[in-house]
Amino acid sequence: MPQVTSGEQPYDDIPEPEPPTPGGAPQAQTDAVDALLDEIDVTLQANAEQFVRSFVQKGGE
Amino acid sequence: MTATEVPPPLEVPASRRIFGLETEFGLHFRTGAERKVTSEEVAGALFHSVVAWGRSSNVFLTNGSRLYIDVGAHPEYATAECDRLDDLIALDKAGERIVGALVADGERRLAEAGVVGEIHLYKNNADSAGNSYGCHENYLVRRRSDFTSFAESLLPFLVTRQILTGSGCVVGTGASARYCFSPRADHMWEAMSSATTRSRPMINTRDEPHAHADLYRRLHVIVGDSSMAEPTALLKVGATDLILRLLEARVAMPALALAREMQAIRDVSHDLSGAATVELADGRSLTAVQIQQQYLDLVRSQVGSIIEPDPTTERILDLWARGIEAVRTGDSSAVWTELDWAIKLRLIERLRSRMGAPLDGPMVARLDLAYHDVAPGRGLGSSLVAQGLMATIVPEEAIVRAVERPPETTRARLRGDFVRAGIRAHRDFTADWVRLKVVGDEGRTVLLKDPFRSEDARVDALIASIEPADPRVD
Repeated sequence: MPQVTSGEQPYDDIPEPEPPTPGGAPQAQTDAVDALLDEIDVTLQANAEQFVRSFVQKGGE
Repeated sequence: MTATEVPPPLEVPASRRIFGLETEFGLHFRTGAERKVTSEEVAGALFHSVVAWGRSSNVFLTNGSRLYIDVGAHPEYATAECDRLDDLIALDKAGERIVGALVADGERRLAEAGVVGEIHLYKNNADSAGNSYGCHENYLVRRRSDFTSFAESLLPFLVTRQILTGSGCVVGTGASARYCFSPRADHMWEAMSSATTRSRPMINTRDEPHAHADLYRRLHVIVGDSSMAEPTALLKVGATDLILRLLEARVAMPALALAREMQAIRDVSHDLSGAATVELADGRSLTAVQIQQQYLDLVRSQVGSIIEPDPTTERILDLWARGIEAVRTGDSSAVWTELDWAIKLRLIERLRSRMGAPLDGPMVARLDLAYHDVAPGRGLGSSLVAQGLMATIVPEEAIVRAVERPPETTRARLRGDFVRAGIRAHRDFTADWVRLKVVGDEGRTVLLKDPFRSEDARVDALIASIEPADPRVD
C-alpha cells in the first residue's frame, strides 16, 4: 500500500450534486438499466445457483 | 502547551459529533480446485500484504481507520473518527477500495498454493445460509444518567428507518417470495443488550466511548444494513444524528413506543407497500410511513433553532421526505438512484421482465450479490454510478484522498499522521483508538482521549522523534 501522497487538496468546497432527475428521461433510464444488465449477463447466466449456494459466511460481530 | 502536557478536553458545540462506521465484508472464494480451502486460508491470503507491512492482521491505516480479520474469518473495516458526514462517506467508500485492493494479491497467493479461483467481497449483511453480519454505526453521545431511556426512545425510529435505508432483499420462496426492505431485519432478536453474536440487539449497550468516559459514551447501533449508495449512507447516519441532536437538547420525542419491536421490525421489512401497521405500546396502530413522517416533522420543526440549517441537513431532509413519499405512493422512481432498496429493486424488476427470472431464483440472488461486491471488476457499483443509476455525494477525489489520508478535523488526523511516519521511518509502533506508541521506546505512549482534538504537541513530538533526521530522506 503506498503511503505517501503529495499535493493533497482540501475538499471543503464540494460542488452541489446534480439533483436527481427521476422523471426526466424514462427511456434513457431504462436503456441504462438494460446496458448494465447486458454487461453482467454472462455473470448472471453462469451457474448462478451453484455460485449463490457456495457463499456461506461464518457468523461475525 | 508543552510536548508532555495532557491537553484538557475541548469544549465542542452540541452540533458537533463523532461518527464511525464498521463494516464486516462477506468473503467468498470461488474455485474449481479439488482440495478443500478454508475461509481462514482465504482470509490469510487476502491479508498477506497487510501483515507484511503491519506485522499483524489487525492494523490501523494511514487514513486513521482500522482494518482487520474478524471472528468468522471475514475482513472488517472501521472508519476513523469523523465529525463531518462527507468525510464519513468518503472514508467508508475508501474502505471498499482498501479491501478490494487486497483481492489480486490474495488470489495470486492462493494460486501459488494450488487453488486457482476468484475472491468476492460483499458489503452486505447475509449469506445464502442465513448467517448475518453487520454494519455497525457509532455515534459519540454526551454522557447522561438516563442512557437507557435515551436509547430506548430511539427504537421506534430505528425499527422503521429501514423503509428508507434498507438495502433490499428477497425473503421467502415460491408463492411467498417477496422483495423486502432490509436483510438485517430478520436477524434482530432484542432491542438492547451488551451482546452481539449470541443475541443480536438493535442497540448494543457496551460502554466503550474510546474517549473521556466522564463526558461521553458510545451509542452503538447494529440494526442497520450496509449501504452501497452514498445518499443511503448519508440518510442513515444523518437522520439518526438529527434525532440524537433533538434528544440531547431534551426535545420531547413523539410517543411512539412500540408494543413488540421484534415483530414490528419484521412486519415493516416484509411489506414494501408501507401499509403494514405496527402496534404501539399505547394500543394504537401506525404504519412505518406515519412513524417516519412524525420524526421528520419533528426535526423540521427545529431547523433554525436547535438544528442550524446547512446544505447537508437540507439534503438529508429532502431525501428523507422523498423516501417516505416513495413508500407511501408505491412509486420508487423518486428515489431510485439514491436509496439502495429502490436501486436494487429496479434492477431486479428489469431482470425479471427481460428474462422471466423468478424472484426467488438464482439469477436474482446472483444479481443481489453483485450489487454488494466490492472486488474490483466484479461488483456493479462503478457501472451503476457511470450509467447514472446510482447517485453520489462526495467527489471521486475525496474518496481517493481518503484511501490514504485521515479526516483533518478529528483525532484521526493524529493517528493517521503517526502511522504514516512510523511506516516511513520503518519503525515498529502500536496504535489503537486512544493510544500511540513507538515499540522499544519506553515511556512514549501517548494517550488520546479527546476524539475532537486534531492537534496535539505530544503527537508532534512523538512523530518528530521517529522521523528520519535527514530531511532529504522522503
